[in-house]
Amino acid sequence: MTAAQIEAQPLPKDLVANPVLSRWINVLPDGRIGLRVGKVELGQGILTALAQLAADELDVDLEQVSMLAANTATGPDEGLTSGSLSISDSGPAVRLVAANVRALFRLAAAHRWNVDVSQISISRGRINGPAASATTSYAELAEAVDLDVRVDPRVQVKALDQAQLTGTSTARLDLPDKVAGRPRFIHDLRLPGQLFGRVIRPPSPGAQLIDVAETSLPGIRVVRDGSFLAVAGPDEAAVTRAVETVRAASSWDAQDTLPDEDDLDGYLRTGPHETITVIEDLDEVDAHPGDPATPATPGIPGGRTLRATYSRPFIAHASMAPSCAVAWWHGDGRLQVWSHSQGIHNLGRAIAGALQLDPASVTVEHAEGAGCYGHNAADDAAFDAVLIARAVPGHPVQVLWSRQDELSWAPFGSAMTADLEATLDDAGRLTSWSYDVFSQGHTARPGYAGVPGLLAATTLARPAVYPAPADPPATAGAGTTRNALPGYDLPHLRVVGHRKLTAAIRSSAIRALGAYLNVFAIESFMDEAALLAGQDPLDFRLAHLSDERGRQVMKAAASGADWGSPLPDGRGRGLGYARYKGRGAYCAVVAEVEAEHDVRVRRLTIAVDVGRVVNPDGVRNQIEGGATQATSWTVKERVRFDRRRVTSTDWESYPILRFSEAPELEVVLVETPGQPSVGAGEAAQGPTAAAIANAVAAALGVRVRNLPLTTEAVIAAIEAE
Amino acid sequence: MTDIQLTVNGADRVVDTDPNTPLLYVLRNDLALVGSRFGCGMGLCGACFVHVDGAVVASCDTPMWSVEGKSVVTVEGLADGENLHRVQQEVLAEQAAQCGYCVSGILISAAALLERDPHPDEPAVIAALERNLCRCGVQRRMVRAVVRAGQPMQARRSVPAEQGNAVAP
Repeated sequence: MTAAQIEAQPLPKDLVANPVLSRWINVLPDGRIGLRVGKVELGQGILTALAQLAADELDVDLEQVSMLAANTATGPDEGLTSGSLSISDSGPAVRLVAANVRALFRLAAAHRWNVDVSQISISRGRINGPAASATTSYAELAEAVDLDVRVDPRVQVKALDQAQLTGTSTARLDLPDKVAGRPRFIHDLRLPGQLFGRVIRPPSPGAQLIDVAETSLPGIRVVRDGSFLAVAGPDEAAVTRAVETVRAASSWDAQDTLPDEDDLDGYLRTGPHETITVIEDLDEVDAHPGDPATPATPGIPGGRTLRATYSRPFIAHASMAPSCAVAWWHGDGRLQVWSHSQGIHNLGRAIAGALQLDPASVTVEHAEGAGCYGHNAADDAAFDAVLIARAVPGHPVQVLWSRQDELSWAPFGSAMTADLEATLDDAGRLTSWSYDVFSQGHTARPGYAGVPGLLAATTLARPAVYPAPADPPATAGAGTTRNALPGYDLPHLRVVGHRKLTAAIRSSAIRALGAYLNVFAIESFMDEAALLAGQDPLDFRLAHLSDERGRQVMKAAASGADWGSPLPDGRGRGLGYARYKGRGAYCAVVAEVEAEHDVRVRRLTIAVDVGRVVNPDGVRNQIEGGATQATSWTVKERVRFDRRRVTSTDWESYPILRFSEAPELEVVLVETPGQPSVGAGEAAQGPTAAAIANAVAAALGVRVRNLPLTTEAVIAAIEAE
Repeated sequence: MTDIQLTVNGADRVVDTDPNTPLLYVLRNDLALVGSRFGCGMGLCGACFVHVDGAVVASCDTPMWSVEGKSVVTVEGLADGENLHRVQQEVLAEQAAQCGYCVSGILISAAALLERDPHPDEPAVIAALERNLCRCGVQRRMVRAVVRAGQPMQARRSVPAEQGNAVAP
């Protein structure tokens, strides 16, 4: 093979930009193998899963792999940790890198003992030659192996049946620290000379700082740049008290900028919009056989027509930990940042861009935060820390947001509203389907569409101006229209997204993006159509679904939930299904609810197919957590605001699910080992919402189409009928 | 600034601090016990829970003057030397965590429950954890872990059922 042919071999996506082995793997001074990936731990267990893959390829025990913190200076750039893509993006890269490293060490051992490489085997980290005395290790051979070489795509990774760890429920590597209360989170970082920093946010979005009166605050440094106002000092309690003192001393020019909370539907439909046509094949419509076409919409064939509109409000990430970051400006101009961002490389470039720094002078290292479930304030906090640290060079500054700021200034998941219209023939088959969904954009991450995406940058004396949030392209799974295309066999299909080009409320990515509302709408509507057709919702779906893997998860969930068995009065069962992004995990959920005074989700039975399973308990945990969180969104959550500011700023005004409200869970893993591994983190969000709403309809005979499914929403739906 | 005396995880401590400083800041910044987490600063989420004379208390809104002479136990104090508390062992066995930020406070609530009710049933566990929030959605795993911690040794597990390669806690 020529060099050009080697180059032409397809590399896993994340190796194209990071092809040098030492960027990923090094032998550490303690003899363990250090693996530094570009994906980050968010509580989803990704580092454990990737360590399993690496250990298998290297033929070492899991304990011999040390997962190192992602770092912009020393580690690979794998973009964002988002979209349930870490296993499918990073997994193949890690496997091939590890297989390359193993091959190089075998070669080095063969040289050492002057034998053919075929006589070298590796087992549990011991590298063995043909002679009984010929044994060495990765640590002992490290000097003889140069890992500053490009990955060779021809090296074979192991076959499925040779894996020792992959496919087992290996315990999470990070949990022992967290259960013992050892320092593990970014919040626990304590660097020499570190100061505590807090930002005094404006009283409302867009408010301008007019003046700050002089205050006497010993030991406190007040930092101001335009409308960015912050304090820093060595005593955390004194710093938090100073926040209130400086806030009271500041005067602001504030305006009403927010839309009417009670008319989000009207707000979302008011343009201009970007029109995103997912599919539009209405022109090819034939008149429905035997039925004179009286189309409700031009191009839609005849039959009974069904229409409905569904919506969700703005929802918050509502991480348990307020966002936190540490920044440190060194005397030589280097800037070091620690962040729990999902995209440290983008963050580093955005910081450099916002302050016109040489990107090479900015290093960002990942440090674990609490679960974020999307683009929360992690990146904003990092930039806050940078701005404060700039005023106190030489001192690391740790910024921590308040709970109130976290629930009101971090980006939200956009409110959405969707119109569905379909026709049903006399045999109960759907003969057309038309879907329009309205939303703000679903990503405003740093670096996206070229903007810094850092909250404080808009408030500086020379403010950055941001465009409205955008949507990821279709190749990345889309945003407004993620999962807007149903997985069913539907003729005359029209699916169109309408992304609002202005955003009065800051929105960005939250777990599953548009898929949560889109699947809720589609799957609620499938039940409404089944009711009109006089069919069982499961049978109706199966009659429209030819995808065999989809059918399997649907049947598995139904079987696990004893679908069709009688329930007491006031209880109902409902089904929801989707394949995430149309190409990720298959997931079907059966919810059992009790709906009398309020909606109580008693039980969720969930079947999921993620292809080859790397860590079964990890998949279960992600699905359970996703479904539980989706239950919280679906029955409780709504960001509240008046025309001036967000008013749901604590756990009483933004309630989330409590222990007594958490449904019992059963997860069925439908195994398809020959299929590529796909992520599990977001697969359950939409199907869970739909299953709950369908169960409420089954229990009460009332269709609730506006989330969340609170007592008020149920009453409103009863009155509307 | 005042000297305030208290016992933390069995050790006598004297802290020179403003009496209004929340206990949480003293634990995290003066005593290097960072296992208690800041979640809301209003006592509404449970991430900062500690035991004060055996009662479950939100350390984020407990001023130092109020714990003078009292005994505080944090998540770091639940273990007996190298041996984790049985509820910590069961949380690892169930892998009852995702991000783990809420876990310290939940362990504190659970340990207090097990102290007064050594064999709690599921409703008792749910009631005891009702003041703790978890956003990742591990509530059901956590309930299983705490119920199991109250069961006799033979009913308990030291590693997850499906676990092929345990990481020693």
